Parts: sequence; structure tokens; C-alpha cells
Amino acid sequence: MRMWAQSHLCQKPQRVSSVLAAAFALIFLILGSQSASALPAFARKYGLRCSACHESWPALNNFGLKFRDNGYQLMNDRDAPIWQNPGYWPVTFRITPIWHRLSSLQQVDTYTSGIASPTGSTAARISSSGFDLSGLDFHTGGTLEKNISFYVLPSSDSTGSFHFESVNARLDNIGGSPWLNLRVGRFELNNLLSEKRTLWLSGNGGIYQTYHFIPVGDGNIFGQMGDNQLGMEYLGHSVDDRTRVSASLLSSSDGNVNLSTGANSYSGFFTFDQGFDTGKLGTQRIGAYAFVGEAATYYPTNSSGGTGAVPIPGSGIGNKGFSRVGFYGQFYLGPHFDLNVVTQHGEDNAWFGQGYGNAIASDGNGGATATCSSPANGPNCPLNNTPGTTLPAGSRSPIWNGYTFEARYVYSPQLIFKAVYEAERMQQQATPGTVSSLGNINNYSIGYRYNPFMTSRAGFAYFGEFNLFHQDGTGPVNAAGNTTNVNTSELLFGLDFDF
Amino acid sequence: MHTNLLKWSLLLSAVVALCLSAVSYAQLTTNQQQEWLNSPAASSHVGNLSGSAHAAALPYRRYCVGCHGPLGDGVGENAPWINPQPRNFQLAIFKCRSTPTGTLPTDQDLYDSIGRGLDRSNMPSWNVLTKQERTDLVAWIKHFSPRWQNEKPGTPIQIPAEPEITPDRVKAGQEVFRKMECWKCHGVQGMANGPSSSTLTDDLGRPISPFNFTDGSRPLCGSTDSDIYKIFMTGLDGTPMPSFADNIKPEEAWDLVFYLRSLQPHNAYNAKERQIANQLGLKPVNPNAPAQ
Repeated sequence: MRMWAQSHLCQKPQRVSSVLAAAFALIFLILGSQSASALPAFARKYGLRCSACHESWPALNNFGLKFRDNGYQLMNDRDAPIWQNPGYWPVTFRITPIWHRLSSLQQVDTYTSGIASPTGSTAARISSSGFDLSGLDFHTGGTLEKNISFYVLPSSDSTGSFHFESVNARLDNIGGSPWLNLRVGRFELNNLLSEKRTLWLSGNGGIYQTYHFIPVGDGNIFGQMGDNQLGMEYLGHSVDDRTRVSASLLSSSDGNVNLSTGANSYSGFFTFDQGFDTGKLGTQRIGAYAFVGEAATYYPTNSSGGTGAVPIPGSGIGNKGFSRVGFYGQFYLGPHFDLNVVTQHGEDNAWFGQGYGNAIASDGNGGATATCSSPANGPNCPLNNTPGTTLPAGSRSPIWNGYTFEARYVYSPQLIFKAVYEAERMQQQATPGTVSSLGNINNYSIGYRYNPFMTSRAGFAYFGEFNLFHQDGTGPVNAAGNTTNVNTSELLFGLDFDF
Repeated sequence: MHTNLLKWSLLLSAVVALCLSAVSYAQLTTNQQQEWLNSPAASSHVGNLSGSAHAAALPYRRYCVGCHGPLGDGVGENAPWINPQPRNFQLAIFKCRSTPTGTLPTDQDLYDSIGRGLDRSNMPSWNVLTKQERTDLVAWIKHFSPRWQNEKPGTPIQIPAEPEITPDRVKAGQEVFRKMECWKCHGVQGMANGPSSSTLTDDLGRPISPFNFTDGSRPLCGSTDSDIYKIFMTGLDGTPMPSFADNIKPEEAWDLVFYLRSLQPHNAYNAKERQIANQLGLKPVNPNAPAQ
């Protein structure tokens, strides 16, 4: 009994010390965990912090741009994979838990007292909020050997449906020259203001409208600079990356695989930009781009299934032209503030303007369903430029201009404030008499990203943003029978991390 | 009971003492550096540019702190994983200088190292930064060490004009290589496998390898003939590579440059040296050969 008592008395402090030890261990674990997390692929390879390459992850700064242009190499002797621990696996994943509130006008049924079924419809604002998820990205990339690099990005939507967002291999510094780099596969076009590295995550704010603008009723989905494209890219740059030039030969498929669209339609994307040192202000960069090409408007069909004239994948002919040209500017006003500007002058062939173009691709005009013989057959019916088709009288090329301004205030490498304004303006509608402003867009976003820690091991940020999107004349029909404008807003907060 | 109380008191005191000492050390160091940050030494001049340490605080935090650490002591979070270890700016000992051994480098030397990067290390070329940013970073580096408060940079060594390369000069360079016992570390064929190569350590006792002239690596402090000349006339401070300024004459140093060039695989600088070496049929250095 006495022994038990002694033992019991002795046990009490032991229990206390165990609790204390556990508490200390927990504290050290928490404190230590900041640098002990798993490793983003490139940062852990070179031991550089995220901020070395990213103004704020994932947007690149000039050093990161040079690193990318060199094929994910720093151009020292540590680039080849032989320098890596055999256990090194260059994979990073990213998924973003968020809370957001969406508000938009939608077509809503209306009821009359005493009648249970809808008696009409009108435009009404629907607002909803809740916790949500982004899609999941698996980034894997790096060097297979010195000057041979790759990038693979399987990406899912928020329901887990995967596709290959990027898959490409690169031959870098061919012949020892930074002016000769070739890339083949599916890749982001060489846009100075990268949409794939955008700091924005809301539905309308997360893309650049200028890169995706399509006039109302236009059937050409193939000129979207923001979508990753399939093709081959030449890139050349000076040693310090101040001068950059690129030319890409692309399938006019908007990045869709399996040769599912045109039989032989290609487009080209060309860029040039030049950086200038301006003393204490930093490096200013200006450039220009041109995206010109052709895409199919006529798809031979097969009606034997009894479901109508179904276009045959990959058969598209009757190519018509399109173009997107514009300027880039990246202006630094000291170490804290920068302004990115993109302009665009876009033009589609009149056939596209009348809705011909995409009868196959799943992300456009309705997919490979039966086509229509006339635009009057329905707004969701893919049009097909079958032999004998004629354009409505007076049809002409839709022409528009776009402007994107993105300002960033970098308080520190860990905290950034940001704002975007975009304007898309129709210059010429495809059909005479159409309201001149139909389809015009104003898009505003403001937000912040805060990285509570910054290491080369993992990326983590609290972020918040607010987006307002307005488009003329494409909203639901109100009770008076008039088409309203689209006015949507989104407030979004979340935790962004890569691991 | 008293024993337990005593034990816990001691434990608590130890923890408090540990915490206080850590805080006071950090405080002291930070205060010192804050003082140095505002001193005239925390500035730099490269060409027409003047650099300010204050202006480099953000770039340093963005690009450099992960390896060199917030206090410039070379123990950033990545330091344990990096070989060779990041430079400890608090010691102000730099390998790549134009100044005599033991002296501080010039602002231009530091500026060049930032822009060039250091091959065979994790230090990349930062030539993508603006010249102003690099000049500011030089000033920032200088604020970490008291040496800059009390010492002036050394006077850059004079590099005589590069003479015409001849077979005799390449042969003479090989003799310098033998006589100065470069082979002891670099090996008789310049393959970094000399008898002392496996025993070398830097000033902090960390293992270090000599340069292998034959594997295509770029010389640490620049690729031009003048850069190589500077290396053995100024030494790589903090490493076993000494300065030979007191042991060999300038013309012998140029001979050595030509010979070392002949050991390198073909590159943009050594076509003539390699051709001469082939014509001469140069054999590896014989350590036991009588002096010529």
C-alpha cells in the first residue's frame, strides 16, 4: 500500500512532465513545421524561396521568367537531374479550399396566385454562398537532362474529372544558344501576362476576358489565347532575358485532343518583347503579339444514326480566318508597384460571326450533336457551313478591341494587393443593325494574397478577392420581354497551397 | 516534494535562461546591424551607380534570404541542404576578388559575383536583376559585417596585358604548375585528384574540392583569361587556394593561364592553347622531375 502510495505520488509529476513534454513537442513541431513541409518541385531542387521566381506565387517575376525560358534551369551546373537526390520527384499539387458568395441574374419562373405551374419567367437575382473547392492540379516538370526539359500538368475540375492541361517536352539552348529553344506538346502560349499563372481564382476574375472574348453569336472558339494550345513553339531570348521572341505553330483546335476538329487547320502565334532597365524604377517591358489562323466552318456529317446530321470528328474543312493582335506592357514603378497592360484588336471572318465554326469541340457550341441548317433553328444548335449555305445579307466580320490592366502592390514578398480592370468593346457587329454595345464587357477585380511564411519547401497563402462582371445584352429576359445585362459578383476567400 | 520543486524550478530556470539568451543574442545582432545599416559603409558604387543598403532590403528578402539568412550569416533555411554552403557575409571573406588576399573585395567584385553567379554552387546568375538592384545588394551585403566599418577594400591587383600565346609559354606554364605544386590538389592532369585533394577543408572546417579543369566546369570567378589570372594571384580567400602573388611573376602567371586553358575541354576561349598542347604532345606533370 505504501509502495503504491509512493509510486502514485511519483507518478503524478511524471504525468505532468509527460504533458509538458508533449506540449513542448507540439510547440516545436508547429514551429518547426514551417520549414519541414514537403517540397514544391523547383524550389526544393534549387533551394530558392518561392519569392525568388514569383512576384507572388504563381505569377512569375523577371527571374522566374528567365528560369522558365531556360527550360526550368538556372543555367549553372546544378541543372541536370544527376545533382538531385535519387528520391527527388518533381511533383507539386495544388487545390484550393474556398468560401465564396456568388450573385447573378438568372431566368426564373414566375407564378400566378392559385396556379401551381409556372406562368412566365423573368430575370431575378440569385445569390448563394458556401464552402467550395477548386480543381486539383498536379504540376510535374523539370529537366530530363541538361537542356532537355518537360512539363506535365494533369488537372481536374472540382468534381475530379481530369484532363491534361499541359504536356510538353522542350529542347533548350540548342547549340549552346539561348536563342534556339523548341517545345512540342500542349502548352500555354507565350503571353507576357500569363493566365495560367494568374493570381485570381474567382469564376470571372480567374481568367482574362481579353484572352477569351468571343462576340455574341460568334462560332469561333479557336482564337482563345488564354487556353493552352497544341503545337510547337520556338522561343529565343537573350542571356539576361531582356529580349524575347517566340513563334508557335498550332493546331486550330483550341487545345482539344484527338484531332477532333479541323482536318487541316493551323494557326500561328508570334510574340516579341523587350525589357529596359530604368534605374530605381526597375525593368520595364513592352512587347507585341499576333495570333492569326484559320479554322473549319464545314464538317461533313453522318445521318445514318437517325439522330440528325451529326458532324464527323476531325473532318472540318471550309477554313476561314481570324486574328488577334495587340501589345503587352509590364511597367514597374519601384520595387512595390507594377502595372501590366494587354491590348487586343480582334477580328473574325464573317462566317464565324454568324455562328459557324465549332460544331465539334465540347467546350463551345454544343458538342458533336446534330447540326443545324440555319441560324434560325435555335441558339444552341451548332451551325454547319454545308455546301450551298449562304450568309445572311450584309454579314460582315465582327471586330472588337480589348484592354486589360492589372496593378499589383507588393508590400513584401509575403503580401500583395492586386486589382484588375478589363474592357472588351465591339467595334463592328457581325450583323448590321445589331446593338453596337451587344457583348461589351467590363470586368473588375480587387484582392490580396498573404503568405504567412515563405520557404523553399511549400507555398501557402490566405487570399481574398472580389469580382464584378458586366456584359451588355446577354443576360436573361426580364418580365417586360427585354434582354438584360449580365451583372454578376463574386466574393471569395480561401487557402491556397502547393505542396 | 522539495526535490520535485527544486527539479521543476531548475528546469524552468533553464528554459527561461535559454529563451532570454536566445532573444538577447538576436536582439544584439539585430541592433548592431541596424546601426551598420545606417553607416556610410552600407553604400556602394559601381560605375556611375550608387547603391543603398536600405533599397536592397526587399530584394534581399525576396531572392537571397533563403540561403544567406536574415542576418547574412549563411544559415538560411536551405543552408543545411546546400554544398558548398552559402557565404557568411558577417565574416566578409570572399573568394572572388580583384584585391590581394586577406583584403576586402571592391564593390565591383561583389557586383560581378552577383551578376555572374558561382558555378558549382547553388548561387545562380542574377543578371536578370537591374544594375541598380545589384548595386543596392552590394551595399546590403556590406552592412552585415563590422569589417566594412573599419577597413577599406584592397587595391585591385594590376593585371599586365595578356601576352601572345606561344608553345614555349604553354610549356613554361606547365613548369609553374609543377613548381608551385598545384598538382598536389588539382592532380597531375588537372582532374582534381591530387594527393591532397581528399583532405581539403575551408576555413570553417568544411570539406572542399579543388577545381577540375577537365570536366568542363566554368571557373568559379569568371571564364576569361584575366579572371583565371586573378584567381591565383589573389587566392580564393576562405579556401585552401592561396595567393601566389608573392611566388610567381606576372609573366609566369600568364604562362600558367595558358597551360590551364590547355587542360580544359574545348570551349570558347582555349582553341589555340589546346592546339599547341596537342602539337607539343604535353604529358601530365611529373612531380619528381628536376626543376628546369
